[in-house]
Amino acid sequence: MSALQERVEPKEHDAAQRTPRRGKAGFRFLRVLRAPSPAWYRLLFLIILPALSFGPTAQANEAALLAPDPVFEARVMRVADELRCLVCQNETIAGSQAALAIDLRRQIRTQLQQGRSEAEILDFMVQRYGEFVRYRPAFNPTNALLWTGPFVLLAFAAFVLVKNIRRRTEADRDLSDDERRRLGELLGRGATQP
Amino acid sequence: MSSRFIPIAVFVVLLGFLAIGLTLKPRELPSPLLDKPAPAFSLPTLSAPATSVTTQDLRGKVWVLNVWASWCAACRDEHPTMIEMAKLGIAPIYGLNYKDQRADALGWLARFGNPYTASFADTDGLVGIDYGVYGVPETFVIDKAGVIRRKFVGPVTAQIVRDEIVPLVARLNP
Repeated sequence: MSALQERVEPKEHDAAQRTPRRGKAGFRFLRVLRAPSPAWYRLLFLIILPALSFGPTAQANEAALLAPDPVFEARVMRVADELRCLVCQNETIAGSQAALAIDLRRQIRTQLQQGRSEAEILDFMVQRYGEFVRYRPAFNPTNALLWTGPFVLLAFAAFVLVKNIRRRTEADRDLSDDERRRLGELLGRGATQP
Repeated sequence: MSSRFIPIAVFVVLLGFLAIGLTLKPRELPSPLLDKPAPAFSLPTLSAPATSVTTQDLRGKVWVLNVWASWCAACRDEHPTMIEMAKLGIAPIYGLNYKDQRADALGWLARFGNPYTASFADTDGLVGIDYGVYGVPETFVIDKAGVIRRKFVGPVTAQIVRDEIVPLVARLNP
């Protein structure tokens, strides 16, 4: 436990280290229970919060599942994850608790039970609400700029950056004779200055 | 030499995009049902729940479908405009009572007035889904052939009635 302590606790801010390492060997680990350092909290958050994002507490809970079949519900949520909630337009239908999202989840469930495929359900929604209901925009000529835009901008920025760096280093290299003499004078003069 | 104006030029172009963006309303989605046949439905009316009305019955005239609910605050804001529009008599207004209880809906109409020729009870919201309703109120203008011509998202104002709905209905009623 003390090896772990040494790795996570920065030595300067370590309250626990200010207390002398006394006490019986077997019970020294109990020191972590007293005045935990900020690093200890950080470790706790890093482990516990991601763990909480899985499991039943994280799903959009509805009052009662009529046929609690987890595989089927997972399918419903997978389809719902591809659709945008039109009320809270940054969320998916899977995550939103708006009344419309609950209705549409029920609609997805009914349609899956009727044997429709995910593509058919997405088409059903797009027919009624438009392309915007797709949470993941389709890659077609209209959306091509949306998908490739960031990469195009990044390439352009990289190009400008490289050009500027190259221009700067080349400018340093090409000095005329006159400038080189002057540079020598300045440097020579600078060497004698205190 | 002219490259020193590049930053200001980029800024002006960006300013143009931002200015255009301020006029856009991204929460209002364009309806994919425009110029497509209005989805067929068969629903009971609020006043006579035993009888059903279908979209087939509404062929042959230009009509307005107003999606409303008694629990919707914005519908209350829009309601006086609906009553005025009904008084104009340009087209019959049918209400789609969305996800509501019959008693609440009838009470609401009794309190605030009833501009609707009839209101259809869409209790589970399935017809709303067919029409791409994602909020209340929404208003559709449907022509004689049963094709959706315009959709208005949000409360209809007197200005919209005057500048958009009246001319459109006049165009559809040759």
